[in-house]
Amino acid sequence: MGAAFDTIAFKASLCDGCGDCMTTCSKVKQGASRISIVPGAAEAVFELAICRQCGDPKCAMVCPSGALTKDGGSGVIGWNSDKCIDCLLCTAGCAYGGIAVDQSVSRVAKCDQCDGDPECVKACPTGALEFRKAGSIYKEYGEREDLFVPGLSGCLGCNSELIMRHAMRKIGRNSVLATPPGCIPGMGSVGYNGKTGTKVPVFHPLLTNTASMLAGIRRYYDKIGRKDIVVMALAGDGGTADCGFHAVSGAAERGEKILYVCVDNEGYMNTGMQRSGTTPYGSWTSTTPVGEHMKGKTQDAKNLPMIMAAHKCRYVATASTGYMEDLYEKLDKAIEASFEGFSYLHIYSPCPTGWRIPSSKVIDACRLSVETNFVTLWEYTPQTGIRFTRSPDNALPITAYVKMIGKYRHLSQDQLDHIQTKVDEQVALLRIMAAESPPPPPAHRQPAAPAASPAPAIGGDASQPPVRREISRN
Amino acid sequence: MPEAKYLLVGSSHAALEALRSIRHFDPDGSMAMITRDQQLPYSPTILPYVVSGRSKPEAVLLRDEAFFEANACTFAPNAVATGLDAKTRSVTLASGESWRYERLLIATGAAPAIPPVKGIETVRFHVLRSLDDAQGLRTAMGGARHAVVLGAGLVGLHAAENMAEAGLSVTVVEMQNHVLPGYFDAKASERIESAFIGHGVKLLLGCKVVAVEPRDGGHSCAVHLEDGKVLQADLLLVATGVKPVTDWLAGSGVDLDRGVLVDETMRTTAPDVWAAGDVAQATDFHTGKRALIGIIPTAVDQGRIAGQGMAGDTYQKAYPGGIPVNTYRFFGRVALSIGQAAASDGVEVSEREDGGYRRLVMSDNRLIGYASIDEPFDVGIMGELIRRKVDLSPVMDAFIARPVETGRRLMSEQWR
Repeated sequence: MGAAFDTIAFKASLCDGCGDCMTTCSKVKQGASRISIVPGAAEAVFELAICRQCGDPKCAMVCPSGALTKDGGSGVIGWNSDKCIDCLLCTAGCAYGGIAVDQSVSRVAKCDQCDGDPECVKACPTGALEFRKAGSIYKEYGEREDLFVPGLSGCLGCNSELIMRHAMRKIGRNSVLATPPGCIPGMGSVGYNGKTGTKVPVFHPLLTNTASMLAGIRRYYDKIGRKDIVVMALAGDGGTADCGFHAVSGAAERGEKILYVCVDNEGYMNTGMQRSGTTPYGSWTSTTPVGEHMKGKTQDAKNLPMIMAAHKCRYVATASTGYMEDLYEKLDKAIEASFEGFSYLHIYSPCPTGWRIPSSKVIDACRLSVETNFVTLWEYTPQTGIRFTRSPDNALPITAYVKMIGKYRHLSQDQLDHIQTKVDEQVALLRIMAAESPPPPPAHRQPAAPAASPAPAIGGDASQPPVRREISRN
Repeated sequence: MPEAKYLLVGSSHAALEALRSIRHFDPDGSMAMITRDQQLPYSPTILPYVVSGRSKPEAVLLRDEAFFEANACTFAPNAVATGLDAKTRSVTLASGESWRYERLLIATGAAPAIPPVKGIETVRFHVLRSLDDAQGLRTAMGGARHAVVLGAGLVGLHAAENMAEAGLSVTVVEMQNHVLPGYFDAKASERIESAFIGHGVKLLLGCKVVAVEPRDGGHSCAVHLEDGKVLQADLLLVATGVKPVTDWLAGSGVDLDRGVLVDETMRTTAPDVWAAGDVAQATDFHTGKRALIGIIPTAVDQGRIAGQGMAGDTYQKAYPGGIPVNTYRFFGRVALSIGQAAASDGVEVSEREDGGYRRLVMSDNRLIGYASIDEPFDVGIMGELIRRKVDLSPVMDAFIARPVETGRRLMSEQWR
């Protein structure tokens, strides 16, 4: 029970029906393609038939020869060609067209996920097909010890819990954790009734002194020869970018051996959603309200991870829970680097309550923030400089992301243009800084005939005075 | 007296699926599977391939002992049920032993129906329902030259093909005017028939056997036909259909018709007794009446529902009704049918005969049946279109022109 498996996911909006997946599959498997893209209900809309590797595989249940079995490790439903008698009953069991007759050999053929490295996904030029490895991540981490209390009082849909539990499962018991004021202690890390909410030593520093206290702890452990302890913070963006910044900057400058994880939800969310230095331009917060005159925050966010890179930390990276594989790789590197020097991991964490996102859409928001370059995924070391871990090429317009977030609902076209300009500027700067680094994985191209949906003007009222003027004050 | 909370009588698809769905909900309740077979579970559908030699008898078993151990289920082979007492909740076996149960599944399947032909009890004949039958037929094939097969259903045709490929001269006698009646219309059946004729099999369709008698000291027999012709056979296979194994239920309080009558949750009329698979007479999707549809997909569906009911799983869903399915291979070719594929009255039919043969049967812009020869389609997808009564009017032209592609599209839209 509790099995989770990697899966080939299909994002229909990115498919332009080029058929490269089928050509590749057919070539690799030397027969009929196991994946079938068919025309959909409208022009330039496509649908998919492929084995879903069901948890409850009816193809296998109706097989009279025991030729189809679900692999408990990979989740793939394997086909045993020796046992198969070619009766085709499996095709009657499958409601997805996932197992079908390959007429060239007159036997059934089905997707086997190419032993965990599906060729169709690699061939897909638009990113419509994706091999999602959340299953194996879940399985790996599900087996590790959970170091937080079972019940946490986070808001519905909050992904800070995901970050906390998974990060701590990876880091393990040999750690000392600081959780300065913010959502994370508010959710229960500091515990109740005199007991902590974690199975590791945890403390609750001031907003202003987190990094300084950790520096002292680290030095003490060094002094007594315990070099195996991860000394770390799970802090919010306010405690990192604003009131705690001097301590963070000082510790980074001194090269203190700390793992500092900043969970950036773009504001002081647990105290009532006030703006912070990382709140993006245009955002509604309780201190940047939307009314007749004010239209949300009038200043741009500071880019804290770039500031940390300028400290020449041992390791700096940005991550998103929409890209867990990437996050985990960086977490590994960040833990390693924290034994050598200051290690900084900045995790973008959309806040369903403070940003007004439906709780079911938080991970969607994570992914779209990256797909639009609103957030970029990169890492830095003093040796390699900045390197994108996901290509910023072929990004979607920022409207695709902004329109799903309630705190941007009021934005005028002018404000949207401003955000797009700033996003483009930032990516351009990062590209210059990353120019000498190893190239990122290739980006997917835009679909050839994208579903015609011109960016809807959010609150696009021409009579509204341009808000940009206020920016010039900065 | 051995006892089990869940007693499963039978060991093929329905019983195995019931086991799975019981264990899904109740990992601990004591369970036993008793079967008249000597072997671990296997499917009757595999038997023609054992006859042909393609499948080795030891390689067709669907589960091993470790499976029963892992599922905490006692597996008792060679256990022929001879009586059920629903009041005392006990099943009597031919060995004299009795099993007590709290909840019982009747999944005894079906056995060959032997036609009342004069002299049938005096001759040696084969049937094909068990692994022993299959091995017996395979051995007999080796020493025979002239085979006569009674019945041109799936079992008869599979066996006829096997024997023809093994070099025997084979004659198939069928009362109906076409092979595989019910599954295919006349045009489709004719394609199958011509393949058999092309491979040297004699098909005597619309032909009735009136008597058989032993010849040559019992080593062969004479088959007398209604028109006076006489066929000589040193191998006689009776494949005139099957009937549910219900004789052991007489007087038990379980209502019987042609099979065990069950409601939409696979309950019989006796308390805490369920039935599933070939033995059960459950709702027919098309007519809404109770009918026998002895195929694996319905056995699996029924077994799951019965198991859920036995375990008290509240997520049990009512049986939507069985839809006939036939996936048939003959001489390497493909014949498929689902639903009312042979219907012609009061329905719209679209046929295509260039190259392969395809027949779509619609009613009220909804698919109710689909058959094809040499032109495979996604049987499961078409089954869902039938079961869900998907209105095809917005896509009718595309569906008729390109049913496979359009079917995949419709299902993708349904689940995406």
